[in-house]
Amino acid sequence: MKERIEELRSGFSLALSAATDDAALEALRVEYLGKKGHVAELMKGLRDVEDKKAAGQLINTLKCDVEAAIAEAKEIMRRAAIDRKVRSAKKYNPTLEGGAELGSYHPITLATREVEEIFISMGFTIENYNEIVNDYQCFEALNIPKHHPARDMQDTYYLDNGQLLKTHTSAAQNAIMKKYGAPLRAIFPGRCFRNESTDACHENTFFQMEGMMIDENISISNLIYFMKTMLSEVFKRDVKVRLRPGFFPFVEPGFELDINCEICGGEGCPSCKNSGWLELCPCGMIHPNVLREGGIDTEKYTGFAFGLGLTRLAMMKYGVKDIRDFNSGSLKALSQFKSI
Amino acid sequence: MFLSMNWIGDFVDLSGLDKKALIHNFTLSTAEVEDIIEKGADTHGVVAAKIISVENHPDSRKLHLLKVDKGDEVVDIVCGAPNVREGMLVALATNGGAVSGHEIKPAKIAGYTSYGMCCSEAELGISDDNSGIWELDDDIPLGTDLKTVYGIDDIIFEVDNKSLTNRPDLWSHYGMAREFATLTGRELKAPATLDVSEYDALPAVSVDVKATDLVYRYSAIKVENITRRVSPVDMRIRLYYCGSRAINFLADLTNYVMMELGQPMHAFDNAKVDKIEVQTFPEGLNFVTLDGVERKIDENMLMITSGDVPVAIAGVMGGDASKIEDGTTSLLLESATFDGVSVRKTTTRLGLRTDASQRYEKMLDPELCRLATERLLKLLSDCDAGARVISSFTDAYVRKYPTITLNFDKRYVDRYTGIEISNETIVKTLTALGFGVSLSGDDFTVTVPSWRATKDVTIKADIIEEITRIYGYDNFDIFTSSSPLLPVRKETLKSDEDRMKDILVKSYRMHEVHSYIWSDVKKNDELGIKTPENVKVINAQTPDHAYLRVSMLPTLLAFVKENKSYADDFGIFEIGHTVEGLRANGDCNEQNKLGAVFFSKTSGEEALFLRARDAAAELCRDILHVSPEFVSAECDFDFEHPVNSFDIVIDGNKVGYLSVPHPVVLENIDKKCAVAFFEIFTERFAESKVAAIKYSEPSRFPAIDIDVTFEANVGEIVFPKIVALAKSAAGESLADVRVKDVYTAEDGSSSLTLRFSFVSRERTLTKQELMPVVEQINLALAIEGLPVKA
Repeated sequence: MKERIEELRSGFSLALSAATDDAALEALRVEYLGKKGHVAELMKGLRDVEDKKAAGQLINTLKCDVEAAIAEAKEIMRRAAIDRKVRSAKKYNPTLEGGAELGSYHPITLATREVEEIFISMGFTIENYNEIVNDYQCFEALNIPKHHPARDMQDTYYLDNGQLLKTHTSAAQNAIMKKYGAPLRAIFPGRCFRNESTDACHENTFFQMEGMMIDENISISNLIYFMKTMLSEVFKRDVKVRLRPGFFPFVEPGFELDINCEICGGEGCPSCKNSGWLELCPCGMIHPNVLREGGIDTEKYTGFAFGLGLTRLAMMKYGVKDIRDFNSGSLKALSQFKSI
Repeated sequence: MFLSMNWIGDFVDLSGLDKKALIHNFTLSTAEVEDIIEKGADTHGVVAAKIISVENHPDSRKLHLLKVDKGDEVVDIVCGAPNVREGMLVALATNGGAVSGHEIKPAKIAGYTSYGMCCSEAELGISDDNSGIWELDDDIPLGTDLKTVYGIDDIIFEVDNKSLTNRPDLWSHYGMAREFATLTGRELKAPATLDVSEYDALPAVSVDVKATDLVYRYSAIKVENITRRVSPVDMRIRLYYCGSRAINFLADLTNYVMMELGQPMHAFDNAKVDKIEVQTFPEGLNFVTLDGVERKIDENMLMITSGDVPVAIAGVMGGDASKIEDGTTSLLLESATFDGVSVRKTTTRLGLRTDASQRYEKMLDPELCRLATERLLKLLSDCDAGARVISSFTDAYVRKYPTITLNFDKRYVDRYTGIEISNETIVKTLTALGFGVSLSGDDFTVTVPSWRATKDVTIKADIIEEITRIYGYDNFDIFTSSSPLLPVRKETLKSDEDRMKDILVKSYRMHEVHSYIWSDVKKNDELGIKTPENVKVINAQTPDHAYLRVSMLPTLLAFVKENKSYADDFGIFEIGHTVEGLRANGDCNEQNKLGAVFFSKTSGEEALFLRARDAAAELCRDILHVSPEFVSAECDFDFEHPVNSFDIVIDGNKVGYLSVPHPVVLENIDKKCAVAFFEIFTERFAESKVAAIKYSEPSRFPAIDIDVTFEANVGEIVFPKIVALAKSAAGESLADVRVKDVYTAEDGSSSLTLRFSFVSRERTLTKQELMPVVEQINLALAIEGLPVKA
């Protein structure tokens, strides 16, 4: 028995060193440890042995040794296989450009959303409005008298049904006052139209944003505060503002609001025509006639209104030199405005 | 408009003040100054001198060799002016001086040294006259610096005319002086005048205002024996610095008074115009204005006539036949106020704007007529002592503006300004501006001065502007409001449109574009799209842009064509306004729409169509939580494909359509590409109900999938209908139906493999027990024309 065990042990060593893959190892395992394998055969032969205990121990040792040797060989093979896999792996190259292109927003959408967010955070609602309006909404309700030059054909696009393309977002003031009454705080971005020939600085179609705040005791001081806050948020700096008298029939007093020029810091440069200031935003206290026309009690309420040139703002923010790029549909230009 | 600080200085003493700082304050308180020009700053050392002798240059026909006495010394001057003469008093730029920035040094000219330069008016920058050297006609001691005699040094500032549209009073130096007086707290001096009541006894001028609705006031006076021809130097310099040019004494005088007081005046040659009528001509006529141009006068234009012969277009320009000429010795002087709107309409129709008409358009103060006449007479008598008034001041004051009185209290001012401005400051400011102010406690009663009462200041809010602009907006303390904060809700349409943009940009990588509200007929023609008739812009810049757009898509298809070299695959979209004809009330039926177009050189049309379908469906599913129906429909437009046009339907309402281009349009875009598009009517979309999110607890037992293949004409089936049929046949165990595969054989026949998912909440289902259920489904679908494929 003992000889037979030793014989098997050396036979196993020989066979193990010859096994080069998983299949060979499995065959070896079956040959020695399987139901009809050598170890099982030895166990059967145990019946004819005298010192069953000693022989049993020898057989068991052999079984354990065979099991361990096969497991070890398997592990070595597995590691070798992984090493081969690592060594033969394909090297990737992240520097190669490709993949799907991102979509893009129109720059006016980006500028509008930015200003909208600022005003939403200050409790203003956002209103939509028509592009086609009546004389009443665009002029009459805004205290612009019948023969005012603004109504001339050279400024306004008139339609064959008697309506017109709105020349300013102020055209929505009346409807919004009537919709909400006072108190009210709202902004309304929208597209406006002026009958003029286009060049790098002029477009017949452009965007503005109108804002109104009406309540008891709204003052000029409040107007300056909100304008300064809004513009500081838009330009991400503490802007200096200055107000100058400006004449618009629908406000009284009316102002031109200037901000200190960002490019020269107020020293004077070509962008600000050497004045250090950029004219940005006409505004004023809403004219009592306009409030009254909107159904608001002028003894109880006052309010301010302002108009922000969104197209101009987008040009300033993104450095767009030619206003015509906005309506060109050219993806070379417009696809650059990826995200908010 | 250009304004002279010297001129303003006639009416308010600004000595000792920094003029530039003053002009800056003026910008902040009154109107924007666009430019400041320092006249005379680059000229110095120019003195009065006398030519003692003139010799011709031996080698030059043009040059003369002069000996010139400049008081302390006689110097040699070489001069090329044609008008040199012995004994002539000239402006000599002396050695070491400068003329318009050009330094004067001894210089050799054609072999002779010149020790200075005799100057023309143009060289000194005081007029555009360069015809010869300036001959001084005043008696000035030799060697006197001319800057001490004449107003050559001046600060001229330019104000944007637009910023003065509401301030007729500021179209004058006197009005501007009032602003400076208020801003500096200094006294405003009245202009020197000659009282016309002196002439009350003289015969009146015949003045007949027929068109009383277009005239406020027409006054006239006659003067004779005028001999002066050339205006005084200072008057000419001021006119020139302020953008006018000297013509002759009388014309200059009227211009001068207009620039000084804002009142346009017209001087007729009394020899040609002896009486006045103001009227319109129903028939119209042709009229030659003093610039020599013949103009068509229509029935609305107000005319000045003399014995019914037209002599001027009222408020715009005089006639050529009656104008002042060099020989004129007597004049009929008009000082009138015409209706501003009428003057503006006339100038617009004639295409002729003048300094006078610009002022009339602003609604002038009729009270100015008399003051201006009295001022002109004073200037005339100062310059031409022989001139004699031969008529009374004849004054047809047809209409007066009412006096405006406004009442308010301090509380009103405080509330409007949000800051504290003292009663004392309010009284001081308004008084300086010419308002009559009385204060009792905190209650103000304010009378508006006539020059502000024609339309500018009519309500108490206007008074706020007067107080605050002089107070200075830079001096305001600024505060946030005390208004309560309320929740802010975006309008559904606005928020839906915003989300549509996000989905198309982020999920479908599309590009947002903007275009115009009108159709582009030319671009449509190039694509083979007929531009639909619609509401028209009357004054479109080109007839191609007259019709408003009905759909967003034609422009987008044109953009796609223009961008086809941009990338192999891309999509563009625009959300904008369109017009679908008129509503019952005659207004435009304005509709917001989203147009989206997909373009590909790499995928087939069907795949692209399905991508467009996915995008449209996703908008509905994401925003409204419902899956839209796509219903095969007739085309709305000729650019759609007649076979592959589908209405996008939500809750039975059409909210848009999905299609691919008509082959004609596609060929015009590109023969080798695929295009698909949809349009969503965003307003109708936003009116749709947003489905609530319904939660159904997932079953804890596994689902069983069973695939069945049916014979089907895949192009014709409506999938949601099949799902509904299957569900009603199977009962509640059928949880889901999906398209597993679509197969089209070479012979054109097609089949559809569906995957049915069954699940129970109570237990694990077995395939065996489901077979009868599947049979039920098969039966139901077979009846609908979908037999199980053998």
